[in-house]
Amino acid sequence: MSSITGRSTVDQVPGPTGDVPRGRRRLGDTLFGGAANLSGVVVIAIVALTGVFLATRAVPSLLDDKVNFLTSTEWVPEPGNLRFGILQILWTTVSISVMAMIIAVPLGVLNALFLTQYAPRWLARPAASVIDLLAAIPSIVYGLWGIQVFAPHLTGLQKAVNDGLGWFPLFEGPISAGTIFIAGIVLAIMVLPIITALSREVFAQTPAANKEGALALGATKWEMIRTAVLPFGRAGVVSASMLGLGRALGETIAITIIVSSVAPGTDFFASWLQGGETFASKIANNAAEFNDPSSTGAYIAAGLVLFVLTFVVNAIARVIVNRRKAFA
Amino acid sequence: MAKRIDVKDLNVYYGNFKAVEDVSMTVEPRSVTAFIGPSGCGKSTFLRTLNRMHEVIPGGRVEGSVMLDEEDLYSAKVDPVSVRRTVGMVFQRPNPFPTMSIFDNVAAGLRLNGVKNRKVVTETVEKSLRGANLWNEVKDRLDKPGAGLSGGQQQRLCIARAIAVQPEVMLMDEPCSALDPISTLAIEDLIVSLKDEFTIVIVTHNMQQAARVSDRTAFFNLAATGKPGRLIEIDDTATIFSNPVQKATEDYISGRFG
Repeated sequence: MSSITGRSTVDQVPGPTGDVPRGRRRLGDTLFGGAANLSGVVVIAIVALTGVFLATRAVPSLLDDKVNFLTSTEWVPEPGNLRFGILQILWTTVSISVMAMIIAVPLGVLNALFLTQYAPRWLARPAASVIDLLAAIPSIVYGLWGIQVFAPHLTGLQKAVNDGLGWFPLFEGPISAGTIFIAGIVLAIMVLPIITALSREVFAQTPAANKEGALALGATKWEMIRTAVLPFGRAGVVSASMLGLGRALGETIAITIIVSSVAPGTDFFASWLQGGETFASKIANNAAEFNDPSSTGAYIAAGLVLFVLTFVVNAIARVIVNRRKAFA
Repeated sequence: MAKRIDVKDLNVYYGNFKAVEDVSMTVEPRSVTAFIGPSGCGKSTFLRTLNRMHEVIPGGRVEGSVMLDEEDLYSAKVDPVSVRRTVGMVFQRPNPFPTMSIFDNVAAGLRLNGVKNRKVVTETVEKSLRGANLWNEVKDRLDKPGAGLSGGQQQRLCIARAIAVQPEVMLMDEPCSALDPISTLAIEDLIVSLKDEFTIVIVTHNMQQAARVSDRTAFFNLAATGKPGRLIEIDDTATIFSNPVQKATEDYISGRFG
């Protein structure tokens, strides 16, 4: 990748007299290049400063933590006697997000394939707009719908899973009113439009030459999609999933409404049929108590973990995309 | 291997627009037939009806019949997918699958046909690359991306990919128009040698190329823009270029129009 310098190569070409017009810059190039550089720097600065803020506020509280921050399930950030650990919160956050992705990624990719490869043109456009509209629904609506309307329909299913597979830690009872399972499904619906829209864009860009090449070899429609469309869109689908995952990890209000909270001091549990709190909903639920720097620091430490988690996930995605870069 | 193509009274449409009108011709097995004519005269469109690629474009349809030996390609019983496995195609722009290695590009058609046996696949890939005169240039980097080759090599890779599935007929839609003269020469030599095994139909804008590689030449023309293209005449290449029957053909090959 070349860097933006605000100078075009034309500027290095010798003029009629043979001298390179060094230092001479076109105003448009300078302005545009400067603006592009500036916005790049601003974004990096915002991310870096967020990290610095989280770290400086979290570290004092982390040092005063009386229990292990990573392995404890306690959360009693009393000033002077800080006891807080993220194990349960991390598990809940990851569980809900993983579940949302398990549902939303295949569904979004299939959706995008339908819209770009199968649907007739008169249907593709309106259908795409409808899916985009899902992204415009506020989270609070998803939250209320999830717990009031959707959750009751899942009572039977959750009970059946618990009856049959209750011996497995993931499906242990007692079943809460608002479970990780329900939240995962609602979250899947929320991230679906992001994954669908971005996947649709990349699939639509598949060069006709590649698709015809596959068809001319005697590929069926599905084989053509597998040979030409999916490999072409792979990197885009990974990026789309990462954006979706970012939304899932950070979603606050819908999760806060749907997932039942758990009594403080409960031992660690893995069940997806119980409640819990994610990083974001933990912070939201306790926003009223940010009155002391040391207890606030505990919540900021939780935010820091979420921040790092997002970074790690994105880094993994980059590695996946770049691994076969020569073939892209 | 290699079958006769028999086209009768073929009309080709895009939706309601008739692009090619009333074509009848016979293409002999193990021969090279070249289609020449001005842009927009429907020669590529007609070529694409010979392996049912025309109908991939929304609204594309045909009337009339195309026989491959005894089989009507447009009979209701015939699956277009199996037609394309019998009648291979090479396109104007080299189009290797960008995400695949050189080896996988050539093996792609075999895998689509359900050939799993590693030994068979490896042997066929080598044979096809040798057949496309590309083996010596790529044998040490079969696992590298096909898109990393030069334009001429990519086109020969596409030819290797097409011959790997052992088609009866090979269609080539201006296969050299995006290539430099040296690469063009390599492809032309290849076409002449492939004639021993396949029936070849090639569309070209380059009349010298038609004269060099083909046994028979078909001249297409259209009366005016918006009118359907027609087959003006088809004859032995030597006759078309020295003593054509139609005035329009003579005008075209002598460069008086087109």
